[in-house]
Amino acid sequence: MSIAAEAPLKRPRRRVNWGLIATYAIVIVLTLTMLAPFVWMLSASLKLDRDVFAFPIEWIPSHPRWENYIDIWTKIPLGLFVYNTTKLTVIVTILQLVTSSFAAYAFAKLRFPYRNALFLAYIATIAMPWQVYMVPQFLLMRELGLNNTHLALICLQAFTAFGVFLMRQFFMSIPDELCEAARIDGMSEYGIWWRIMLPLSMPALSTLTIFTFVTTWNDFLGPLIYLTKTELKTIQIGIRMFITQYTQEYGLIMAASIVSLIPVLLVFLALQRFFVEGIASTGLKG
Amino acid sequence: MSSVTEQMTDAAATPARAQVSRRRRKIRNMLTAYSFIAPNFIGFAVFTLGPIIFAFVLAFMHWDGNNPIKFAGLDNFWRLFSDRAFHAAFWNTIIYTGFTVPLTLVCSLGLAILLNQKIFGRNFFRTVAFFPYVASLVAVAVVWNMIFNPDFGPVNMILYNLGVDPQNLPGWAADRHWAMVTVIMFSVWKMMGYFMVIYLAGLQGISSELYEAADIDGASAWQKFWRITLPQLGPTTFFVSVILTIQSFKVFDQIYMITQGGPGTSTLVLVYHIYNEAFISWNLGYSSMVALVLFLLVLVITIVQFRWTMEREENAA
Repeated sequence: MSIAAEAPLKRPRRRVNWGLIATYAIVIVLTLTMLAPFVWMLSASLKLDRDVFAFPIEWIPSHPRWENYIDIWTKIPLGLFVYNTTKLTVIVTILQLVTSSFAAYAFAKLRFPYRNALFLAYIATIAMPWQVYMVPQFLLMRELGLNNTHLALICLQAFTAFGVFLMRQFFMSIPDELCEAARIDGMSEYGIWWRIMLPLSMPALSTLTIFTFVTTWNDFLGPLIYLTKTELKTIQIGIRMFITQYTQEYGLIMAASIVSLIPVLLVFLALQRFFVEGIASTGLKG
Repeated sequence: MSSVTEQMTDAAATPARAQVSRRRRKIRNMLTAYSFIAPNFIGFAVFTLGPIIFAFVLAFMHWDGNNPIKFAGLDNFWRLFSDRAFHAAFWNTIIYTGFTVPLTLVCSLGLAILLNQKIFGRNFFRTVAFFPYVASLVAVAVVWNMIFNPDFGPVNMILYNLGVDPQNLPGWAADRHWAMVTVIMFSVWKMMGYFMVIYLAGLQGISSELYEAADIDGASAWQKFWRITLPQLGPTTFFVSVILTIQSFKVFDQIYMITQGGPGTSTLVLVYHIYNEAFISWNLGYSSMVALVLFLLVLVITIVQFRWTMEREENAA
């Protein structure tokens, strides 16, 4: 559960520290405010629809309705949505990690003609909002017959300038001497990438994994534009469809929302150890 | 004579052979390098670079996606001036950005300073603060709508119990005066954890000697904050505000889910207008012109950032 390594706690004994007490008070109040929507969501997911808005708020339902978590799988094709989203997210994340780190290695450690020009093409598009070119991109996909396919979303998200940039920044911080030594030992460039660069880049790879996983899993506008068939929908637009169809079924909506949060929570908790380090070391902090 | 020629050819041949093999090695190295780049670059060129170029062309065309494409000259550009929805979207985007950026900055800096202190359970608190950022937008937006439901949501119930006149209870997303406030609050809550992490990295980069020297001089906590922490965080603050500004210009998802741009046009923003013009009205050319406006806004911010970073690097060098 650690975001950064804990500094050793050592404090000389002293009298009541009001500043510290105030800090704790503020932190706890803030944390409760930040958490409240999630707790409310969890609590509502175990209630009957008519009890959701009961006031004063009953944070822990006296008669938890676990059936909500069973009903959502039959009422909407939630299993299918989860499968679709998992499939897309895993493919995009793997493609992103492999192709970005591959390209980044060349940009960071190899010399070749037009290197700077090609890298500039990437840099120039980083600040370009996707929304600026989403319409031509949609037309291109339609022309290629990829409308209403998962392949369209994979192509859209797997080759980002951001990934190449992030990995390249990290690779730059790895000393060239390591690569030189490996070359003298007769290792191929592919070998250096696989055996030396990747193992040393866990913070950057974790950061990119979290970013890609979270963005793809939570993506809304992309699937909204490309996927109109129910059987192709991802969990985000699936839940959205559910919400517009059954506006009053709060308990079920909340249960489905909780289900959609769990994978992201797991990936985040598993990788967050590397995350701060990744943000700090890849120039994402400027 | 002959020996001289032999000598000459020999002398010429060795470097020539070396040159050939050097060139071969160079070509081989080049091919290796390109093979590293190709998988990503081909995808990037086809699905990003191409569409970007096409977007600029499309802004000067009339097209509904089915009938033949027609050259429009500056028609789409002039239409920006008469399109009331565009004006609303433009100003709403500016208002949204103008409030979201400073609010998020202050909140994330405050959180970072609080959670940089050595307190018990600090890592748990950091995780909690960060979680809204990774949580699915659809899920948290639904909760937000329920909590801020004007008729029976807990927020208004609490306000009512605190003695607010039912007539004066805010209508939140359903009220044109409160809809933007609701969206801004949501965005600040959702994003501040991420920028807190960036600020934490910045805070950890400040040398502790500065604080020790200030302690010797008897500086108060407040003075230390204004004279040391804030100036030292200058680069971080600048970076955060640039990223935040660009993100705010592109806002769409939370508005689609919380207010659908309404009531009326009170929360219509640029990307929402692009989406409506393209995928609802099929005015592909005009929607690209609006996208061009968005691009120019982002470009200005990026140039400012670039200049500033260059200056900083020159000063450092």
